[in-house]
Amino acid sequence: MIPDLGKYATAVLGSYAASILLILLLVALSVLRGRRVKRQLAEVEARQGKTNV
Amino acid sequence: MSIWEYANPKKFMQTSAWALPWLTGLSVLCLIAGLIWGFFFTPDDYKQGSTVKIIYLHVPSAMMAINAWVMMLVASLIWLVRRHHVSALAARAAAPIGLTFTAIALVTGALWGQPMWGTWWAWDPRLTSFLILALFYLGYIALWQAIDDPDTAADLTSVLCMVGSVFALLSRYAVNFWNQGLHQGASLSLDKEENVSDVFWFPLLVCIAGFVLLFVTLVLMRTRTEIRARRLQALLARERLA
Repeated sequence: MIPDLGKYATAVLGSYAASILLILLLVALSVLRGRRVKRQLAEVEARQGKTNV
Repeated sequence: MSIWEYANPKKFMQTSAWALPWLTGLSVLCLIAGLIWGFFFTPDDYKQGSTVKIIYLHVPSAMMAINAWVMMLVASLIWLVRRHHVSALAARAAAPIGLTFTAIALVTGALWGQPMWGTWWAWDPRLTSFLILALFYLGYIALWQAIDDPDTAADLTSVLCMVGSVFALLSRYAVNFWNQGLHQGASLSLDKEENVSDVFWFPLLVCIAGFVLLFVTLVLMRTRTEIRARRLQALLARERLA
């Protein structure tokens, strides 16, 4: 299934692995921080009786 | 309807909540389709062999590394002129995304350069200006973190953003300004007679669309977080005063 990359296999596969890893890390950190801040804001708003944003 | 309505945090939150699922789906679709097409269904280049497959990551990430800074510049100028908080927060939200794209461009460039040029790195005009752009991204993020007052932080980072724009432009045009170094000129251009062959060009276009959509999706997602974080800080400050 994987095409024959010949002597450049390390460079090509390394590029794909590093890029996908960096993108997934960025997405995961963005989602996790988003959820944490949303939860904290909901808690504070509930405590102060404010409307949710 | 004016574009400035979106400077209202409530309006921005409503519109982005509606747009995000669509943008997420489209960006995942374009990225997966483009990368699978490029990796599995394109031939090797007659000169560069299979390393040509790196183009589907290197070119879109390098383009977006520069364009992210341009977007930050526009958002910073809007902040400085019109004082819309959403634009300053959007610029802040875009910086880590731009840094990640710059890192991808540098890493894939090094991995591509080693077999083609025989070196991982050279102090070539484009490579050097890209490294400086990465340092500007780091400095920009650090400056936001270092200042407690959000308005002061937005002012100072906007100024830094304007200075960094020189290097964003240099990264794009370095090859034309200094006609030397290892890095080639633009592979893609609308005004050039010859671009890369269609067999590489079409999957590359899909990958570029995927990177653009991923950038927009993440900027919206992270700007929503920044708006919430700012409100959280304001409410906590009020709580401390009470």
